[in-house]
Amino acid sequence: MNVEKEPLFSSKNLKLLRDPLGANNPITVQVLGICSALAVTVKLKPSIVMAFSVIAVTALSNVVISLLRNYIPPRIRIIVQLVVIAVMVILVDQLLKAYAYDVSKQLSVFVGLIITNCIIMGRLEAFALGNRPWPSFLDGIGNGAGYGMILVIVAFFRELLGSGTIYGYPVLEKMGLYKTGYENNGLMILPPMALITVAIIIWVQRSRNKELLETH
Amino acid sequence: MKSFSNTYIFVFSAVMVILVAALLSIVAQKLKPAQDMNIKVETMQNILKSVHIESTKKNAGDLFNQYITESYVIGPSGKKIESSAAIEVDLKKEVAKIDKIKKLEGTIKERRTSPFKTFLSGFIKSKGVDVAGTKNQINKITASRQLPVFICINNADTFYVFPLRGKGLWGPIWGFISLESDMNTVYGAVFDHKSETPGLGAEINQDWFQKDFSGKKLYEDGKFHSIQVVKGGTDDNNPYGVDAISGGTITSKGVEAMLYDCLISYETFFEQLRK
Repeated sequence: MNVEKEPLFSSKNLKLLRDPLGANNPITVQVLGICSALAVTVKLKPSIVMAFSVIAVTALSNVVISLLRNYIPPRIRIIVQLVVIAVMVILVDQLLKAYAYDVSKQLSVFVGLIITNCIIMGRLEAFALGNRPWPSFLDGIGNGAGYGMILVIVAFFRELLGSGTIYGYPVLEKMGLYKTGYENNGLMILPPMALITVAIIIWVQRSRNKELLETH
Repeated sequence: MKSFSNTYIFVFSAVMVILVAALLSIVAQKLKPAQDMNIKVETMQNILKSVHIESTKKNAGDLFNQYITESYVIGPSGKKIESSAAIEVDLKKEVAKIDKIKKLEGTIKERRTSPFKTFLSGFIKSKGVDVAGTKNQINKITASRQLPVFICINNADTFYVFPLRGKGLWGPIWGFISLESDMNTVYGAVFDHKSETPGLGAEINQDWFQKDFSGKKLYEDGKFHSIQVVKGGTDDNNPYGVDAISGGTITSKGVEAMLYDCLISYETFFEQLRK
């Protein structure tokens, strides 16, 4: 094998990290992983934990699949990918239950549902199966972070407008907004508003980056 | 693309499955004590909270030993069951027993009240409901109930804490309720849930919902009445009702049913203590 030595953070590798955060974001551009983005974004704290869990799972399963890529029979590759993801998710879930019990209670079933997050399988299939471990790792971190970023932005607005708090801290109450007759918007707590918030983010992103506009 | 033989695929899958299973079971084994500890500490914190004692994860164990002076399990007749410890009673099983009893009672009732069904069951030659047998079964299940009681002494006042468990909209809900020594006035209550809707049903674990329960009464003119969770709000002075959560009707109703079902099992015990 002729392995050309490539610096760890070459421009090509950095692109893997940066792209999913912007022009190739898994949620706003590829429109993957929407379901969990609706479910866990009511409050900031669970969505941050969810973001880190997904980053860990995408990065680690990308590395594992990439290491195994020459040994995985193509005919059962989807099953192998699923097994790897499931193992990672169960590990994350068990660790949260043991060391971050409160958070794991809040996330409840959604940690388990990371398994069904299409972003992860998408990255395994599209990237890790054909690339070396280090770029795959970066790709996993990048895509996990791109997903997490949107999650946190959506959760920020939903928590602020829906419950009047930021990370559990009652900002609006401290500002004395309720005395002026302001009321929390109960609709923000419900899943449809997450969809609308995501749509607004997509709108903003596309109006700034014309390349993302579909031509027809 | 490389091609792999069928043998390779089978061996690959078999090895993968065995490795994964081994890894997961080792991890689960290693983390089990920490996880169980979390659950136990949480239970202690909830019991303490129901008697208005705030605790942190660190001091929950000490405070629990200090304030909860006694705990035991009783049967439906109010007699102590010495062989089991109150904190280890599996409430899931107790709820299943309540459900089973209700279902059996339902079959007896239906048989009596629906002539059409009787006709049908005669028609298809099924045996019909064995009323005496079903009653026997109900008595058997009732006798096997285990009811935990925690006794808390704080500044010479005695409070009785009872665990609750029931169904919400999406999953189980549970909690603890503490009564003053008249076995009628509620001193405090805590609730928690597994997966109720955040911002709606999930609010049952918030203070604003729980604090309404303090001072409510369980008995009306000597008859067990329990506490209603009233949709649309209720008068603060109503001793038998608290405000429901708007948008969380099913969870609110779940709390109401849970209070009734769990507490009515203690009726004999309440009466014995009141004497």
